[in-house]
Amino acid sequence: MSEQNHLELTKVTIDFPTDKGPFRALDNVNLKIGKGDFISLIGHSGCGKSTVLNIVAGLHRATEGGVILNGKEVIEPGPERAVVFQNHSLLPWLSAYENVELGVKQVFKGKKSKAEMREWIEHNLDLVHMTHALDKRPDEISGGMKQRVGIARALAMQPEVLLMDEPFGALDALTRAHLQDSLMEIHATLGNTVIMITHDVDEAVLLSDRIVMMTNGPAASIGEVLQIDLERPRERLVLADDPQYNHYRSDVLKFLYERQKRPGEEAAGTDTKQPDEASEQPAQVEAQEQAAEKAELRVVSG
Amino acid sequence: MSTETITNKYQAFNFPGLDRFLGFLARESVSANSSKVIKSLGIPLLAVGVFLMLWSVLAAQVQTSLGVLPGPAKVWEQALALVDEHKAEREKEVAFYERQEKRNAAKLAKDPEAKVKIRPYTGKATFFDQIWTSLLTVATGFIIASLIAIPIGIVTGMSQTLYTAFNPIIQLFKPVSPLAWLPIVTMVVSAVYVSKDPLFAKSFLNSAITVTLCCLWPTIINTAVGVSSVDRDLINVSRVLRLPWLTKTVKIVLPSSIPMMFTGLRLSLGIGWMVLIAAEMLAQNPGLGKFVWDEFQNGSSNSLARIMVAVLVIGFIGFLLDRGMLMLQRRFSWDKSAVLR
Repeated sequence: MSEQNHLELTKVTIDFPTDKGPFRALDNVNLKIGKGDFISLIGHSGCGKSTVLNIVAGLHRATEGGVILNGKEVIEPGPERAVVFQNHSLLPWLSAYENVELGVKQVFKGKKSKAEMREWIEHNLDLVHMTHALDKRPDEISGGMKQRVGIARALAMQPEVLLMDEPFGALDALTRAHLQDSLMEIHATLGNTVIMITHDVDEAVLLSDRIVMMTNGPAASIGEVLQIDLERPRERLVLADDPQYNHYRSDVLKFLYERQKRPGEEAAGTDTKQPDEASEQPAQVEAQEQAAEKAELRVVSG
Repeated sequence: MSTETITNKYQAFNFPGLDRFLGFLARESVSANSSKVIKSLGIPLLAVGVFLMLWSVLAAQVQTSLGVLPGPAKVWEQALALVDEHKAEREKEVAFYERQEKRNAAKLAKDPEAKVKIRPYTGKATFFDQIWTSLLTVATGFIIASLIAIPIGIVTGMSQTLYTAFNPIIQLFKPVSPLAWLPIVTMVVSAVYVSKDPLFAKSFLNSAITVTLCCLWPTIINTAVGVSSVDRDLINVSRVLRLPWLTKTVKIVLPSSIPMMFTGLRLSLGIGWMVLIAAEMLAQNPGLGKFVWDEFQNGSSNSLARIMVAVLVIGFIGFLLDRGMLMLQRRFSWDKSAVLR
């Protein structure tokens, strides 16, 4: 869209240590993202989408290659790259307001007065339409509301990049549509760069400027990048009959279900170009990823 | 549904029978509630009745050198006797101080310069004094243990290295009986705690420290587990926010490990109370343990019944201590939905 060297992933490769030696989750991922772009990452389970996001977030370090944001290498997590976690990850003992406050206090310490902070927190909760439940704890509100608070918490850090790991994956279709509309509205107003992981083809086409389609793991990489040239603001009802929209949709579906069939499934045609490593069973891959995550956990707690 | 609200309202004791009974007394939807009350209060009462019957029948069959094993009636009689003894002793004490005051007043009237001695009453400790001593001892031991165990638990939970370092030591000392600790504690206290005007009796310290040594382990282990099993996403949240170590500990790690911490504390207090009785027997700390031991040595025809009274009181106090911890947990834990037993 705009300047192409805002956020840059170069030859990102990551190996997780496992008992059977290093496990290569990502191999040579290259991506350039402009300021204010909305990027979706799509691909089958276990293909390393979350790993890409975690590397950009700084929660994982790439074994080779790296991430550059505004000319600086990403080496640790930071509030300029806020993360919206799949299961909201709100602190259950704090109210919606306090959950957002935790981040705001950290980021704007010394920069905003108490009153300004209060106003800022309320403003961000207003963006996600949650001002009616400021004092509610996470277990007192619905799943969609929790995710709204999670988004408010991320937005309140005033991030340059908003990283969303399947933010609406656990929600029902109606709630999801509401939240997608909210997200488009927020993106239009604030213009953050967004990287979102999704499983939902419609969601990807509706929201994104570009859809990054990933090959199957292990050693996953970027298979194709699809540019979505649909006018904004986008209306889901209007787009439902739009031939261009449906064309994009079928492009993504073709990629996912023809060229990147889930490993272990029957090959549909001659044009399936499966990576050699994909012959491994998905369950095994997931187990290995879990082992790798455990290894990471030990590092975190230590 | 109606019983649901009632139990919530009268949950002070977290004891279903009692709570429902309170609801019953409050006359809230009595008709819907009464069958529940019969079930939750009637069945335990029936069980207690059967227990008492079996007790009185079977106890009568056992002949000991101190006479027949006492049945419930005998035990009840001795319980009342203990209350009477306590009252008599208190009256004696009051009389003693009255006499002393009169004597001193008379002395001062004769010669205003006279030195007046005020002596404390040194009558024998009653059963209720001994209960109080026991409670004080267990509280001291338990609080010291918690003050040591919680920080150790937090630190070992946060650091894999420290956990690996501490784990063998914890596992080694956890199963040690208080009876093994006591001689060592006694010798150390005798050697170290030398004072002309001691603040605490040595027997008190010996018992309290023994309780401490046995109370440490469950709290350390459970706190460490609670701290180390903090949701990984929450830790990631703190990393993204770049929370400083202290904020992360106070805002994220501690609140999420509080339920486990309380589990450890409850286990510790239960163990501490059990350990205390044995420790008091051997250390001669004037608490319930000493009461049991003295009655055993005394060997009168009432001794066994009096020991049975002590057994029942020990059990009841143990139960109250556990409920007390549970109420504290409810007060402090954010997770009100957790099943608390």
